[in-house]
Amino acid sequence: MIEIQHIDKSYKEVRALQDVSLTVEQGEIFGLIGPDGAGKTTLFRILTSLLLADSGTATVDALEVVKDFKELRKHIGYMPGRFSLYSDLSVEENLNFFATIFNTTIEENYSLIAPIYSQIEPFKTRRAGKLSGGMKQKLALSCALIHKPAVLFLDEPTTGVDPVSRKEFWEMLKNLKHEGITILVSTPYMDEAMRCDRIALIQQGRIMTIDTPQQIINRFGNKNSTARTPGQALEECFINLMPPTP
Amino acid sequence: MLKYLIQKEFKQIARNSFIPKILIALPLMAILVFPWAANQEITHIQVAVVDKDHSTYSRRLTEKIAASTYFRLTVWTDTYENALSNVEAGKVDIILEFPSDFEKQLLTQNRAKVYIASNAVNTMKGGIGSGYMTSIIRDFADEIRTETLPVTYSHPSLSILNSQLFNPYGDYKIFMIPALLVMLLTIICGFLPALSIVSEKETGTIEQINVTPVKKTTFILSKLIPNWILGFIILTMYMLLAWLVYGLIPAGNLIAIYFIALIYIFVVSGLGLVLSNYSSTVQQAMFMMFFFMIIMILLSGLFTPIASMPDWAQTVTLFNPLRYFVEAMRMIYLKGSHIMDLGKQLLALSLFALFFCGWAVMSYRKTN
Repeated sequence: MIEIQHIDKSYKEVRALQDVSLTVEQGEIFGLIGPDGAGKTTLFRILTSLLLADSGTATVDALEVVKDFKELRKHIGYMPGRFSLYSDLSVEENLNFFATIFNTTIEENYSLIAPIYSQIEPFKTRRAGKLSGGMKQKLALSCALIHKPAVLFLDEPTTGVDPVSRKEFWEMLKNLKHEGITILVSTPYMDEAMRCDRIALIQQGRIMTIDTPQQIINRFGNKNSTARTPGQALEECFINLMPPTP
Repeated sequence: MLKYLIQKEFKQIARNSFIPKILIALPLMAILVFPWAANQEITHIQVAVVDKDHSTYSRRLTEKIAASTYFRLTVWTDTYENALSNVEAGKVDIILEFPSDFEKQLLTQNRAKVYIASNAVNTMKGGIGSGYMTSIIRDFADEIRTETLPVTYSHPSLSILNSQLFNPYGDYKIFMIPALLVMLLTIICGFLPALSIVSEKETGTIEQINVTPVKKTTFILSKLIPNWILGFIILTMYMLLAWLVYGLIPAGNLIAIYFIALIYIFVVSGLGLVLSNYSSTVQQAMFMMFFFMIIMILLSGLFTPIASMPDWAQTVTLFNPLRYFVEAMRMIYLKGSHIMDLGKQLLALSLFALFFCGWAVMSYRKTN
């Protein structure tokens, strides 16, 4: 579904991505796990045709991100890390607006967003800027889904969201997976990484390893681990894989 | 598609807490307040008279000056020092001094001297004030000459008849009103859409739009069109107000005004887009606009005549689109110039429109 080959990207002196290659299968929840500044957002921006890579190729849903960007944009949903809906428009107006610019209506794809949108529907006349963090995130997800995209890109969707809402959010992603939507999600939280089908550990623009979370723990975990949760075990793997700092 | 985007823009403008108020306040201020404040006629010049003579003639001249609407007699004293201390205190702009033998000299030698000193801190007030006063004194001298000389002596004299074409009463307000339009259109059609684009950049909403099938040109047009519409509504409102408040009706063709305004709108829209491409925050954009606005207004001939600027400054004004719009508006409004007479202005504005719109497209491609 997503094919990335040898992508490089530099901002002046900083090498944001170095020789990144990965493949995401249809209907998979794929996690990009890494600290701030690892290059996750840069990769998202390249895949959503907002940024050009210096070299390398990428296809999403069999569409080339550079050449076929016009067609590509009809097939993907993107939720940027920062809340970027119109805060002076109401919840319903935002959703309606994004539906119309994708040439569709709320009614047409209501079934897809219903489990999410129904939770904020009671506040549909409220301005988006006045919503709580968790509700903003639900609205943003609804807007990203309104045109029934084949692939969903979620850049740190749960950063700054309370634990209950985070848990709910991952339940929603599971439902979307059952609808056949491929999801590429980034997160700095290891417990969330455990919920992905496969993950890529990314550090300083390089992918260190790609596998299922359990396999990564088996391969790189500490032998006599004191970790009490899988998330903590995964975190240890991350530290083990870190290149030694000079 | 464009329709929905424009709908959204209007919704956002209407919901903004101060833009609708500014849109109403701006033309009202421009009509009701600015022309009065931008008035450069000098009146209420404070005069101190130092009368060391205390004669009939000195008193007559003093009364003549006091009767003029330009002057206000505030101090009457015997010593120059006293008057000067009033100048220092800011109470007096001009001192008129009669020497102690003023009347005597006038009657015996047929010539007498008075002394004028003006405060040149405000050069305009000082210069124009002493000019006015000189002409009153000359007038007074003519009066005395005819009184004292026998009628049989014919005395050659020159008098000047002055008529002010196109603005018979020399009303400064009528001169300012057509030109102030330039500020309205620059702000509404140039700066507002640019700020709106930059604020979408700042809040990140532009990212969300960029991953949709909306084309960039469509997005930009959706920012410009609502402001073009507002610009024309406000232009109309402004002309109606000028008629209601000052009875000022354009001497030329209304269509010519709208046509030139349209070209000017393209110029400022292009300029606004260029600025929006080079700034990533509203603060940056505001600062750049402020900078350009002040320079362009001062070099447009809006407040001060271009012909009296130094040569280098006059050359700079040739590259200022505001200059051509101000000229064109004054020509149509006051002189009733036909659109054919405005060839130079039209050509210049069209070139500016092409230049800025072209630059906007190029810089947009580069930065995005």
